[in-house]
Amino acid sequence: MGSLVRRLSIVLTGLWLSAGSAFAAGGGDAAPIVIVADSRKLTGIMAWWANLYNESHFYFTLLTIILIPLVGVIFGLLADLVMHFIGIDLEHRDLAEH
Amino acid sequence: MDWLYVLMPIAGVKIFWPGLVILGVGVGVIGGFFGMGGAWMVTPGLNILGFPMAFAIGTDIAHMAGKSLISTMRHGKFGNVDYKLGLVMLVGTVVGFEVGAQMIMWLERIGIVGPVVRWMYLVLLALIAWMVFADIAKKRRKEREAIAAGREVDKLATGIEWHKSLHKIRIPPMVHFHTAQITCTAWLPILVSFFTGWLAGILGIGGGLIRMPALIYLVGCPTHVAVGTDLFEVAISGLYGAASYTWKGRTELVAAIIMLVGAAVGAQVGSVATKYIKGYGIRVVFGLAVIGCFISVLLKLIPTYVPSFYHIADVSATILILGLVAAMSIYITVKMVQGAAAEVAAKKAKS
Repeated sequence: MGSLVRRLSIVLTGLWLSAGSAFAAGGGDAAPIVIVADSRKLTGIMAWWANLYNESHFYFTLLTIILIPLVGVIFGLLADLVMHFIGIDLEHRDLAEH
Repeated sequence: MDWLYVLMPIAGVKIFWPGLVILGVGVGVIGGFFGMGGAWMVTPGLNILGFPMAFAIGTDIAHMAGKSLISTMRHGKFGNVDYKLGLVMLVGTVVGFEVGAQMIMWLERIGIVGPVVRWMYLVLLALIAWMVFADIAKKRRKEREAIAAGREVDKLATGIEWHKSLHKIRIPPMVHFHTAQITCTAWLPILVSFFTGWLAGILGIGGGLIRMPALIYLVGCPTHVAVGTDLFEVAISGLYGAASYTWKGRTELVAAIIMLVGAAVGAQVGSVATKYIKGYGIRVVFGLAVIGCFISVLLKLIPTYVPSFYHIADVSATILILGLVAAMSIYITVKMVQGAAAEVAAKKAKS
């Protein structure tokens, strides 16, 4: 009984693999291009970032869309401080025309 | 000089980082001034700096989202952003963009996507440039007529006034947009944004180049409010685009952040410059930018018909775009510095 199950599983695995090969030989769907970041030359936060990219596009995307507005707001506020320091009025605009 | 180069962790290429900062400043100034993302300017610039094309678009969109947010914050403080109008238009933009993107897939299937998109882009740019300069010419004619008749020149007068006819359509629900000071049927901004979104989806661009004039000529926004409201939309749609490209693994955040350092300064300069330049001054410079874009697209189209011109046309288009970015950002910065200096001097004189 045990040998029958083993033989059956071998046949099924063979069929499954050959179906895959036949599909690939027939063209099948083109495999999507996978880009892998080379983290070997990187250290510290850069290496961590590259590894995150390789391991999970989900977390990588999540962090990217959090970081972009955050960095934008921080830089925007910093530039605001500089403009105020120069003495430019950043609250009003006199020209009211089309 | 190795310190001037930074290794991009994802793309794996060494990039001259001051070049990224300068590019960020340039497009930040122009974007903050005109209310557009400026993808057509950034992508060739990133490519020249050595970015693989696959990463150039995603990185550009990521930096565009951050930069537009900075500009929106600034324009918001000036009272140039109509958030209600921006949100209403966002609905049309997203739906229109998806329809446009689907149409591109269909054109791709029937094998005519390339020529259709390029020619459509050219026709559209020609139309926008004509609209801007016809509007300016008409306004000047009105002013000359007023002076000849001995009447006072109306400072709020505009040239092309298609929006006045469109505002007469009274299909409910009617909406009042407080900041833009317009009352119209809600269908007007929805349909206009659907149309501009559809065009942006087909052309594969952010849409600021189309939406800004549409907000002025069709919806009837004052120029400054059109700039601010458009930037609000670019910030939101840019973030969505950034998420989409990052999910596909095509964004180099390190480069986007380096560009944002320059863009943060540039966006402030461009936004503050709108304080000192009249609405029609913005329209003139915008019209010139559209003509520059038109010529660059034309140059990219020439090799399709004359392949031997490929190299010269490609180099010319790149030089033209970067030259245009440099010239316009210098002009806007000079105007901003002059205006700010006059303002500071006036404050000192008062005190």
